[in-house]
Amino acid sequence: MTRSYQKLNEEKVFKDPVHRYIHVRDRLIWDLIGTPEFQRLRRIRQLGTTFLTFHGAEHSRFGHSLGVYEIARRVIDIFKYRNHWDDSETMIALCAALLHDVGHGPFSHSFEKVFGTNHEEYTQKIILGNTEIHRLLEQQGQGFAEKVADVIGKTYPNRLVVSLISSQIDADRMDYLLRDAYFTGVSYGHFDMERIWRVMRTQDDQIVFKLSGMHAVEDYIMSRYQMYWQVYFHPVTRSAEVILTQILHRAKVLYQEGFHFKYAPHPLIKIFEGKMTLQDYLKLDESVILYFFQAWQEEEDAILSDLCFRFMNRRLFKYVEFTPSLIGSKDRLVEAFRDAGIDPDYYLEVDSSSNSPYDLYRPGEEGERQPIQLLMPDGTLHELSQESDVVGSITGMRRTDCKLYYPKDRILDLPEHSPYRKTIQDILGI
Amino acid sequence: MLEDHAIIAALIQQSGRNSGRKKLQKSIYIFQRLGFPFHQIFHFHFNGPYSEELSVQLEELCDFGFLIEDREETQNKDETCSYRISEAGLDFLSHYKNVLPNMHGLTQHVVAQETWFLECVATLLYFDYLPRVEAVEKVRALEKRTMNEDFDHALAFIDELRSLQSAECPALR
Repeated sequence: MTRSYQKLNEEKVFKDPVHRYIHVRDRLIWDLIGTPEFQRLRRIRQLGTTFLTFHGAEHSRFGHSLGVYEIARRVIDIFKYRNHWDDSETMIALCAALLHDVGHGPFSHSFEKVFGTNHEEYTQKIILGNTEIHRLLEQQGQGFAEKVADVIGKTYPNRLVVSLISSQIDADRMDYLLRDAYFTGVSYGHFDMERIWRVMRTQDDQIVFKLSGMHAVEDYIMSRYQMYWQVYFHPVTRSAEVILTQILHRAKVLYQEGFHFKYAPHPLIKIFEGKMTLQDYLKLDESVILYFFQAWQEEEDAILSDLCFRFMNRRLFKYVEFTPSLIGSKDRLVEAFRDAGIDPDYYLEVDSSSNSPYDLYRPGEEGERQPIQLLMPDGTLHELSQESDVVGSITGMRRTDCKLYYPKDRILDLPEHSPYRKTIQDILGI
Repeated sequence: MLEDHAIIAALIQQSGRNSGRKKLQKSIYIFQRLGFPFHQIFHFHFNGPYSEELSVQLEELCDFGFLIEDREETQNKDETCSYRISEAGLDFLSHYKNVLPNMHGLTQHVVAQETWFLECVATLLYFDYLPRVEAVEKVRALEKRTMNEDFDHALAFIDELRSLQSAECPALR
């Protein structure tokens, strides 16, 4: 039975640069947006350190989350119109769309690498734990919060609801591609989202696309491809990410060694000690982290202050392509860095595509990833790259890239005729 | 520097030829849950836990020439991939001593299983924060084709792996 949810007396709207307006008619959605846990997303950038490469990329996860909700809402309306949707799932799907990123922390990717946290686990904890969001969800009925968490965790039995939020063409990807293209100012990343919605159909609890809409889907795949290489995996952004990771590492090591900070990182102490509670996690945001990076430039520890100076003033590491031949020289390179007084643990780092939270479209992997299926006029399904020459040509292409990051300025400051400088320059080819 | 890649290469060296990406994904997830040093982030996908990070790392190891990927046709005419270590891979591993404890017996035991069975084992482990009965119910709702006896076998296999792990790598307990 479909239960009814309380409606607002009048519709609320958010002005949005991607969707023009985001419409809220349900009391629950409006109240969820107002919770402290959701408002915290205003202080977490959608693209982490990308603002150091594309200065416009200051947009937050708050705007993206509203955008994903809006896309889900509009797609559900289309499915309902076509009688392809079980209306009892609507509010669960809308809440999941809105809350899918609520567990992101400050500079999530680096943070997770250093501290072993996982934003998806925090999303589950926020929805299921002692939070305002949990209280609001449970007011809808016992077990409602768990259903929302299951959709986000992809463990909800109705796969169609999961696919709406998480699949090869889902509300999440559609919003972030368009939003990130808008805010970075790049000319690629655009596609005709409304056309894609119009050709969406449901079959056997998955979303498929009418053959007549193939070109709109191709555009989406090409946008994803371009954004991956030009924005998400930009080598300068990765350099900033490397430095950020090393700062967090250094601060943790110093704390564990009993270093006396001039600016003690009180909000981070629980995480350094591996005892962070959900409430501690919710107090962290990028304003807090950047405050410490600014302050730590004055610390006595030369590595911490230098790395913070580099991050805050955009004195980033340079890079060379990392090739298998560099592996053979790895030990000599590390040794030369040590001889030069540059700690390789903090100033020499390989970054590879497997570090990226973004991915490219591939037709599938032994049933692990649901490919994009085209609905043919005879009712059969064909995988997209089999029908589209454009997509076929890029799905088999390389998706890996590996770079070695190092502080070129420090190398060039070494005594000109020192043997370690020559070794480093020879190996790195600089 | 590429330690996580080295751990994967070391596993493939210990297990010999490793058939199927899906089998490798599930095996590594199972080993991670047993406490072995695999650091990839896994999420739930249509066939249980899956790591995009691991998938790209395998591709990177192949691009570097450290692993050789052989494509084979299965009995159902599907294509599957198997991995083996190359000469360059052995040289790569020579720069990373002791990244992975000797787990030869455990590895052989896991890779000898059918992929669908490892999928069931990995999925049960994914939900092992729940009481066993609830975990089984959860997997049953998601994997409708799994039979009752499969769950019994999978749960017994998990216990068996934990005993083997205690015997082979007691330091991980």
